Order: sequence, then C-alpha cells, then structure tokens
Amino acid sequence: MKKLLILGAGTGGTIMANKMRKALEKDEWDITIIDKYKTHYYQPGFLFIPFGMYSKKDVIKPKADFIPYGVNLIFADVDKVVAENNQVLLKDGVVLNYDYLIIATGTQIFPEETPGLQDKLWRKNIFDYYTIEGSAALADFFKTWEGGDLVLNIAENPIKCPVAPLEFVMFADAFFVERGMREKVNIHFVTPMSGAFTKPRASKVLGGLLKEKNINIIPDFYIERVDNENKTIVSYDEKEVPFDCLITIPVHKGDPMVGRSGLGDDMDFALTDKYTLQSDKFKNIFILGDAANLPTSKAGSVVHFAAEVVFENLMCSIEGRPYTGKFDGHSNCYIETGFGKGALIDFNYDTEPLPGAFPFPGIGPFGLLKETRMNHYGKLLFRWIYWHILLKGKEMPISSHMTMAGKKMHDF
Amino acid sequence: MAQKNYSGVNISVDEEGYMTDSSQWTKEIAKEMAKEEGLNLTEEHIKLLEFIREKVLSGSALTIRAIGKSGFTDIKGFYQLFPGAPLKKATKYAGVSKPSTCV
Ligand SMILES: Cc1cc2nc3c(=O)[nH]c(=O)nc-3n(C[C@H](O)[C@H](O)[C@H](O)COP(=O)(O)OP(=O)(O)OC[C@H]3O[C@@H](n4cnc5c(N)ncnc54)[C@H](O)[C@@H]3O)c2cc1C
Repeated sequence: MKKLLILGAGTGGTIMANKMRKALEKDEWDITIIDKYKTHYYQPGFLFIPFGMYSKKDVIKPKADFIPYGVNLIFADVDKVVAENNQVLLKDGVVLNYDYLIIATGTQIFPEETPGLQDKLWRKNIFDYYTIEGSAALADFFKTWEGGDLVLNIAENPIKCPVAPLEFVMFADAFFVERGMREKVNIHFVTPMSGAFTKPRASKVLGGLLKEKNINIIPDFYIERVDNENKTIVSYDEKEVPFDCLITIPVHKGDPMVGRSGLGDDMDFALTDKYTLQSDKFKNIFILGDAANLPTSKAGSVVHFAAEVVFENLMCSIEGRPYTGKFDGHSNCYIETGFGKGALIDFNYDTEPLPGAFPFPGIGPFGLLKETRMNHYGKLLFRWIYWHILLKGKEMPISSHMTMAGKKMHDF
Repeated sequence: MAQKNYSGVNISVDEEGYMTDSSQWTKEIAKEMAKEEGLNLTEEHIKLLEFIREKVLSGSALTIRAIGKSGFTDIKGFYQLFPGAPLKKATKYAGVSKPSTCV
C-alpha cells in the first residue's frame, strides 16, 4: 500500500482528505489525516461572536463529521517531519511513513510575543477575537461596557484574513450606534501598515469607509509592549495610544512543528514554491493554506483555490506526468461593513483588488470594492457553503484562477 | 519609470523612488539617497543595508522581526537608525523593493 499523510484537519486538510479519497483507489492508497484537536472551528464566525450575531454553537462541529469513510483520522500532536526519511514523528512516540505528505497545519496567534499583552488586563480589558475563548470573553465584556477608547491593534503582518480587523471596527461602529451609545465610544484602528490595507486601491476605498464611519486610523504604528498601569500601547519609536478596551490581533506564526522539521522561515511558515505549492526542498511534500509562506492572503478562500492546485499537481506527480497546476495567489474576500452591507475584493499575486462585478461580468450579483447588501448575504451564505460544500471538496462555481472579466481598470 | 543621478551614475527608480534594478546599487548611491531625505548613513547603517540586500535578494521575506534577530541591531535600534518608518526607508536605501508584508 502506498501512503498519503495529511497533517492538520482544518480547512485545507479536510478538503484534501475528501478530494484524494475520491481520486485514489482504496486498495492502492492508504490515506491518514492527523490533528491535535477534535473540534472543527468555522474561524470566520469568530468575528460575529463579540457582537452577539453568532454564538459558539454556530461555529463548532466535530472534525470527524467531515472526514470521509476510508480515511484514517488520528488525534495526536505532530512532533516533526523527518523529510529525509519520509517519516512523521508524533509526540506520543508513534512513527508514520509516507510516500506523499501534505502539510496543512495553519497559523496561530502568539500573544506572548508582545510584552504586557497577557498580563493582568488580559481578557479583562484586552481581548483577541482570533480564538473562540477570546471572542466569547469579548462578547461578555461588550454586554455591560459603558464606552471609552476602543483600540484595535494589529501587532504584525501577516495575519489571518487581513480584512477581518477592518470588519471588526466597522461592526463595532454599527453595534454601538444600534445600542445608542456610539458617541461614548471612540474607535481607533492602529496598524503597522501605512493605511487601511496595503493594496493601494482597496486601501483608498476602505480607508474612505472608515473615515465616513468616524473611525480614526493610526498608521505606521509598530507595537513594542502594553503598559498595563497606564492602559496604553507603546510603539518601538515611543508613540503611545491609550485604551479602555484593547482588541489585539497578536503576532501570527506557523505551528512550531514546521520549524522543528527544518522546513520553515523565521516565523515557522513553511517554505513553499509559490506556483507548484511544493516544499522548496522536498518534492513529495505539498504545503496547503495558512501554513505556507506565500505572498497572498491567509484566508479560507485562498485555501480553497490552492487545494485545487495541490490536488492537480499531486495527481500529476503520482501519475508521473509533468505538473499542470500553477497557483496564481487567487484571493476572494467578503468584507462586512456593518448595517447589513458588505464589500467584496478579488485579487491575486499580480493584480490588486479592482472594482466591478463578480462572478459574472456586468451582472454580479456581487459588487467588487463597493458596499452592497448582496455582499453581506454572500458572507452569511459562506458559512453554509463552508460546512456543506467547501470542506467536502465539492466543485464551486468559481474558478481557482482569477479572471479579469467583470473588473474595471479605470474607475478611480 | 524615472531616472535619477546619484554619485554620477544614472539609475532607474519607480514613482516612490525605489531602485528598479538592485544590481546598480553601491554604498555611495545609498548615502546620497539618504542624504536627500536628511539622514547621514554611518558604517552601522551600511552593514544593516547589506544584510537586508542579502536577505531580500535571496528571496526571503523581510520583516522587522527578522531585522531584530539579525545580530546587527534590535528593533528599537533599527527605529533609531531609520526614524519614522524604518523598513520602508531601509529597503529604499538598500536598493531593493518595498516590502509587501501584508497581502
Ligand atoms: C477571525 C477570523 C476571521 C476570518 N475570516 C475569514 C473570511 O471571512 N474569509 C476567509 O476566506 N477566511 C477567513 N479566515 C481565515 C480562515 O479561517 C483560514 O485561513 C483557514 O481556516 C485556514 O485553513 P488551514 O487549513 O490553512 O488552517 P486551519 O483551518 O487553521 O487548520 C490547521 C489545523 O492544523 C492543526 N495542527 C496544527 N499544528 C498541529 C500539530 N503540530 N499536530 C497536529 N495538528 C496540528 C490544527 O489543530 C488545525 O486544526 C478568518 C480567520 C479568523 C481567525
């Protein structure tokens, strides 16, 4: 029996388990997927929890429900990959051999990288919403908060879903308006970037939206530490921003397993060929999703598009054909802008987000780079699509490669 | 694409003043570029610029964190060497492209 091993049963790993089990003969290929946790989280839902729009039960399901019959599911902590020997070591001492390996171990937040973050104000006045615990604690806090300076700070890039912080502050604006206390809350968006978003046109449009909503952008702010006594965040060049409630997007890194395996960069993101999605050193290792050091967004939509390329190239390799899959960095994000509206951006390695209609040129129904109600429904629909279509590796009516059809080059 | 003349050499730069051909870079060009923006480069600056060039030209992603671990300076020191927006300034003077740390 030949062996395919998948590390991580999150978005990407689960998609691949489904796709590969369908494609490979059961009597020739043994497929095993490993994860350290039993619960699958719908991470985009974490954004909705602080505002009482979703509760915990809306975002969790057992991982086992999404792994197809005929795939071995092991719950264990992966210690490291010994790529020279085609082996994976588990922390409990078990050794697994593989012919092909897919690394889909994602990225996590590391609040301990910023001094003072996890000190006495942690989860009292300082919250993250990138974990279920953080977003649930924040939901409780908001229930009785009387207002003040609400500061959202991005510690460092890259982060998961780079638009999620923008969505958070726009949701916060709508939330406090609806509660009749917006004038008591000053919302600050504090970022190490020089604007709302790095891609120039999107940054202009999104920055404009923040201004309209009276959200204060503080750019070029690189956090060094949190001063718990004075309730301020302090940058490396000694700028200070006071807060009553701090929402932190902490430093993101890959799983330390990637570093221990000698396959990563200095942030434990796995070194990946940006077109073939193979490990830079070992041709029988593919990297999928947030775990990769690719210059595109760390987002579920990217994982979905990349999975098609990993699938294609893995099949080419197994069947001894030249690779036909070439990833273009395609990313497609719905952006919640509050009050039942949303925006949508679509871009890749080479093309920044542009205005237009999606996915059907001239028709939509979704509008690119503008606020519409339909885009908001798109995001809500995404949760259903995620559980029922995306994880199961089924076809979606969107191409994995970005298309210029329907995009306008000269609208600004 | 614009042309600029630094220390007698014509080099091409993009609209933000970043060099488009890294191989044209010399210490003298770096010094003149920085001087234009009111900063005098010392040997300490130059060593760091050389580290940045090596990192970027070998295809690695450049983060402030990586510079903090470079052994030449820590992150605070980096801010003191290139006040304001250190990564943007340092990459410019190092003759490499502006870092796209967020996508
Ligand atoms: C607040 C928030 C909002 C978001 N919003 C959006 C959005 O609107 N649109 C969008 O497209 N994306 C969004 N995302 C991003 C999206 O959820 C992720 O990009 C996606 O889930 C990544 O998939 P993955 O398979 O790479 O990693 P994950 O789904 O995170 O899976 C990684 C898995 O690997 C396991 N693992 C890691 N290390 C080990 C180990 N050593 N041993 C065993 N198992 C291990 C983990 O337990 C985990 O189950 C959002 C994310 C967050 C946090």
